[in-house]
Amino acid sequence: MTLTRTFATAGRVLAQIRHDPRTIGLLVVVPSLLIGLVAWIFTDTDVFSGIGPAMIALFPFIVMFLVTSIATLRERRSGTLERLLSMPLGKGDFILGYALAFGLLAVVQTAVAVSFAVWVCGLEISGSIWLLFAVAVADALLGTALGLLASAFARTEFQVVQFMPVLVFPQILLGGIFIPRDQLPAVLEAISEWLPLSYAIDALQAVAADSESTAWVVGKLLVIGAWIVGSIVVGSVTLRRRTP
Amino acid sequence: MMNNADASGGAAVVVRGLHVRRGRNEVLDGLSLAVPRGRIVGLLGPSGSGKTTLMRAIVGVQVIRSGEIEVLGLPAGSTALRTRVAYVTQQPSVYDDLTVRQNLRYFRRVLGAPASDVERVIGRTELGPVAERLVGTLSGGQRGRVSLAAALLGSPELLVLDEPTVGLDPVLRVELWALFRALADDGVTLLVSSHVMDEAKRCDRLLLMRDGELLADDTVDGVLEVTGTDDVEAAFLRLIERGEPDLRSPAEAADAGGHGRHAASPAPAERAPEESR
Repeated sequence: MTLTRTFATAGRVLAQIRHDPRTIGLLVVVPSLLIGLVAWIFTDTDVFSGIGPAMIALFPFIVMFLVTSIATLRERRSGTLERLLSMPLGKGDFILGYALAFGLLAVVQTAVAVSFAVWVCGLEISGSIWLLFAVAVADALLGTALGLLASAFARTEFQVVQFMPVLVFPQILLGGIFIPRDQLPAVLEAISEWLPLSYAIDALQAVAADSESTAWVVGKLLVIGAWIVGSIVVGSVTLRRRTP
Repeated sequence: MMNNADASGGAAVVVRGLHVRRGRNEVLDGLSLAVPRGRIVGLLGPSGSGKTTLMRAIVGVQVIRSGEIEVLGLPAGSTALRTRVAYVTQQPSVYDDLTVRQNLRYFRRVLGAPASDVERVIGRTELGPVAERLVGTLSGGQRGRVSLAAALLGSPELLVLDEPTVGLDPVLRVELWALFRALADDGVTLLVSSHVMDEAKRCDRLLLMRDGELLADDTVDGVLEVTGTDDVEAAFLRLIERGEPDLRSPAEAADAGGHGRHAASPAPAERAPEESR
């Protein structure tokens, strides 16, 4: 693995996206639109102040998962991955290059989504907005990392899209949006303790309500970080230079 | 034992007893052959004969069951070979949503080749007029040339090209073969597959394949002489009828301890590949 090759790969991925303004538009605008829609639905209730923070976790996470998994799968299918792996490109260079490029996009996307939720939809944040932003970015990066991992196990675009219900939906259902996690049946609560999105939602809700210390939130961030690193490592291990 | 040393020293690729299985099919069943350095070797056969699998094995991206493959004196797939061997797949493997130059710049950085290489390969493949265009907007033939240009970056010693001329108009095809010849004159070894038998005559040596086995490993003239025909298509049919392959390969000679079966093979002028870089 070398820095030059990792940065070259990240730069190349960003150059590809630059040639596709529609994707950029969708990436930046869609999560904000969805958050706006949720706020609108609950206009006359106080529900949005409860689930608004979770929405900041959810939409960028899903969008980044989809975009990343399909982009890397396309690379496998077009033969360019095989070409790169027959060149002196490390597997880590490839995966990290993607993670860097999409991570950068995730930062932009999250900044827009958080700003929109707070200043347009009137989401009240009692804690630090910077901490909220940090958790939201980590969460979008988590979507990227899991997307990289999912694409390693998919052979076709159809399969990779199916991975979303498998990997993402249970995390949403158990993440504490529909019902607080401590009110789940014991088994489901135990499972939710192992899902990374639960940590992101917990942390965002705590920052919004300013109900926990900064150290507690940072603890949650570290767990999310461990999931990101783990997914990237497993994703790069599953890349094979030789294929059947 | 001089011949023995000569044969392996002059070979860019030596394959011995290669078995490859894909799914339940035995795609290559005990293949042995050699590709001499600085030559254009044509790998010909109908589709499904195992050409691509053999090329993938030589490049080191194919899982093999058994057998030995030596490329430029190293086991196929060695790390050190990744800058010395270039592979062009049948489908152009370049990025449609980047320009020609952006594609080449990226592959150049991955290879660690000098910056001037991008212009050099654009010139060699005559892609100058379209260098700033997105690859996705180019014709199939132009895309194929971008893929080839990427393979020329870093001046590899061995080029493995899978059907590089498929779908090209005759003028371009002639130009491409002229480029291959120029590269070979510089000391580059080329292994070029095709299912068009006409292209055989442009090669220095032929490997004729059918159903994962070699029908011939010989010079063009050698194949025509053995089969008593004057075109390669007829020779191919004659060899199938005959049921006995025409193997006068340097590998055979090496295995047999160098007694003179390879009389018909050209003695490749010894070139140090480094000189040409």
